[in-house]
Amino acid sequence: MLKRSSPLSKIALGALLSTGLLLGACSEEEDQGTALSTEPVLHGQGPGAPETFELTNGMQVVVIPDRRAPVVTHMVWYRVGAADEPEGMSGVAHFLEHLMFKGTDTIPPGEMSKIVARNGGQDNAFTSSDFTAYFQRVAIDRLSLVMEMEADRMSNLVLSDAEVLPERDVVLEERSMRVDNNPRSLLSEKINQALFPVHPYGTPVIGWEREIAALSTENAIAFYDRFYTPNNAILVVAGDISAAELRPLAEKYYGSIERRAETPPRVRETSAAPTAPLRVEHADQRVRQATVRRQYRVPSYRTSPGLESEAMDVLATLLGGSATSRFYRNLVVGSGVAANAGSWYSGTALDDATFGIYAVPAPGHTIEEVEAALDAEIAAFLKEGVTQDEVSRAVNLLLAEAVYARDDQQDMARIYGVALTTGGTVQDVLDWPDNLRKVTADDVMDAAKKYLDLSRSVTGILKPAGAL
Amino acid sequence: MFMHFTRQVALAGALTMGALGLFGMPQAYAATEIQEVTSPGGITAWLVEEHALPFIVIEAGWEGGTLQDPSDKTGLGYMMAGLMNEGAGDLDSQAFQGELERLATNISFGASRDRLSLSFKTLTENRDEALELLRLSLTDPRFDQDAIDRIRGQLKVAIIRDAESPDKIAADAWYAAALADHPYTRPSKGTLETIATLTRDDLLAHCTRLLAKDNVKIAVVGDIDPESLKTLLDDVFGGLPDTSPLPDVAQAEVNPRAQLEVIQRDMPQSVVLFGHAGIAREDDDFIPAYVMNYILGGGGFSSRLMTEVREKRGLAYSVATYLYPLRHAALFIGQVATENERVSESLDVIRGEISRLAAEGVSAKELADAKTYLTGSYPLRFDTNDKIAGQLIAIQEADLGIDYITRRNGLIEDVSQEDIKRVAARLLGADNLIVTVVGQPEGLEAN
Repeated sequence: MLKRSSPLSKIALGALLSTGLLLGACSEEEDQGTALSTEPVLHGQGPGAPETFELTNGMQVVVIPDRRAPVVTHMVWYRVGAADEPEGMSGVAHFLEHLMFKGTDTIPPGEMSKIVARNGGQDNAFTSSDFTAYFQRVAIDRLSLVMEMEADRMSNLVLSDAEVLPERDVVLEERSMRVDNNPRSLLSEKINQALFPVHPYGTPVIGWEREIAALSTENAIAFYDRFYTPNNAILVVAGDISAAELRPLAEKYYGSIERRAETPPRVRETSAAPTAPLRVEHADQRVRQATVRRQYRVPSYRTSPGLESEAMDVLATLLGGSATSRFYRNLVVGSGVAANAGSWYSGTALDDATFGIYAVPAPGHTIEEVEAALDAEIAAFLKEGVTQDEVSRAVNLLLAEAVYARDDQQDMARIYGVALTTGGTVQDVLDWPDNLRKVTADDVMDAAKKYLDLSRSVTGILKPAGAL
Repeated sequence: MFMHFTRQVALAGALTMGALGLFGMPQAYAATEIQEVTSPGGITAWLVEEHALPFIVIEAGWEGGTLQDPSDKTGLGYMMAGLMNEGAGDLDSQAFQGELERLATNISFGASRDRLSLSFKTLTENRDEALELLRLSLTDPRFDQDAIDRIRGQLKVAIIRDAESPDKIAADAWYAAALADHPYTRPSKGTLETIATLTRDDLLAHCTRLLAKDNVKIAVVGDIDPESLKTLLDDVFGGLPDTSPLPDVAQAEVNPRAQLEVIQRDMPQSVVLFGHAGIAREDDDFIPAYVMNYILGGGGFSSRLMTEVREKRGLAYSVATYLYPLRHAALFIGQVATENERVSESLDVIRGEISRLAAEGVSAKELADAKTYLTGSYPLRFDTNDKIAGQLIAIQEADLGIDYITRRNGLIEDVSQEDIKRVAARLLGADNLIVTVVGQPEGLEAN
């Protein structure tokens, strides 16, 4: 098959949009304070087993040893994302992420990245609906340098209009590049808006253009003061280090930071899943190739009971996650109505998650035909059920991804960071393979019957402008 | 969930492959020990043993990529790569893919301009069975008609989608402007017309021409010892023909004159490619040029272009330049995306920085900073099995020698300000940039 379709490449590419490994918890309580210790605690066993501890100011620490190369990935995750933004200020979480590179009392604007580079390191940051994270990759002997600078900007950020306003232009250009220049992203915005009409997941992470354009230095500072505090942060270090080696450094650089705010409860304006099938269309004269994409609003690892989320990961894999999945086998290989078809489950979210399906019509077939074929395939699946063999194969694929992910310290750091910022625990990550193995054919069918319900979905059509 | 935005676009991209990844590690960094392993059958691979994780990675690259497509059969190499894991031996497409999934094994092929590449990954516990599938895919691919038609359909969709992509439109136009009618300007995926004509016989013949023993480089990383590897090499690759009869390809002449092409598209932001001739990988000045390019536009937030275009003026989210030493054409290419009203201003800033570097070279501090980054960041390219395999292939393909990794930082350290000034004056030409713009730029006159 054409290379981009390989299911096993998903984790290797480090895509946070990937299914599976990036999981959250089932527990409603997030009272992890009682479970944490300032002494390192080992979780699980084997060479990559993580260790955790907590600093007295409430900052959590996760260490994931990987001794193969003398390098380390250092990340600080904040439990804040675009879904925590004040009304009318969409994009401020991501904007602040950019502004975190604009210097402190002691580091001039833009200098931190240059210092990291001069020391042979690489740095960057990323923002999602539920988290914001900053990272550096450096040789192990440069770790304390980047820790000192990262800790510094947790409380000493200095912003002025001279730095902030040009950066706002940069973010507007970023929006143009990622969204406005890309009809597929415009369709995604419309689908998410319809799927989450009140909940902030319906607002794009990068923000609406007019709201980005109105963001001020004061807006960014207010957001920073409210959320950037050690008790709202998690330090994740993966690579050539142990908790015993990291702890004195963590205490020195991060342990001395005072709490700047109490952690606000993460309760978002909510709304139920759609109760009737919704449709959105994006017609665009730039589009030559139509596609159909449907997203169902479903529970996430944090909000689902029992093994429902694991079952949905398995469902997404066997329905449309591989070259022998139902969709591929029947719609692409079999009837040939689709050039490509697949499904995914984005189960790591603090609130509701998305189960998605998509299809691209094969040459000579219409968007209506391919959508009808998807519907028929799901109907047949719900009627006929799934074999234990299909379930086992899907579970095997997901388990192998978990093994392959251990090759990449950056992926491992991300997996734990995502889990801990979306309501999960280290133990949840470790338990994931065993929980997957427990998923039965009945679990998969129960989840499918409950959630592959057209009335909780938004179907999006992307098509050339002028097409009927 | 949802989109994740990062502050910086990854430096890897369609234009960058090959230019990056050829650099060695600090001498102090010895964790990656490469063994050259030759099988009884005479097949050689570079091996890095790594037993900490229970899997192996094999990367292989055959010289002869899409530029070896016959001119009336463009897309042949790309389609062939897409079909190499679509059934082999007695296993049809679904049976073959089913076996790959049962064994949690990845076998995939890709075609770039210069080479056909293989990526293989399997768990130790499934190794023997997975290797048998690999052997079959290399030596007995089926190319069943239904699979051909299906992949052809996917390729059609990909070609149509490329026509939507401003980046792809700009790149195709840039190559056409820079390289006239050299095979590199042929569309890698072919055209709707050419792929409609490709047959099973074409695919079989191309496979035999491309996949041989004398034009392949192999890298193996992971949970395997040298003795087992010797057996593996003969078992998997031993059935390939000894030699590949591919014709030589002429070196491309890069258009030496400035050119500006504007392709109108209704978009808020223009995508701009700019560049001219680059420098060959085997040129003595390649390393100084690489350091120079890091300072100009290759170094992320530290580069001059990023500082001037993004940090100071907010003109763009990203701007970068690359040295792109293809096998038969050396290129220097840069990319920026900026709002239509400010394209002209961005290009002025970029031209100004290129001129300044060509005339004045770089400061001692810039050079020192570049060296500490380039030498110090090297281990970051060796921290996963996948990355190590990629490095081993790149070093072999550029013929840099198995000791290259121990020499490389010395080569960087030896670069002087005079070297950079010399190579910048030789290489850079702000007045002969070939520029292609896709969008609705204001204030640009196409010539």
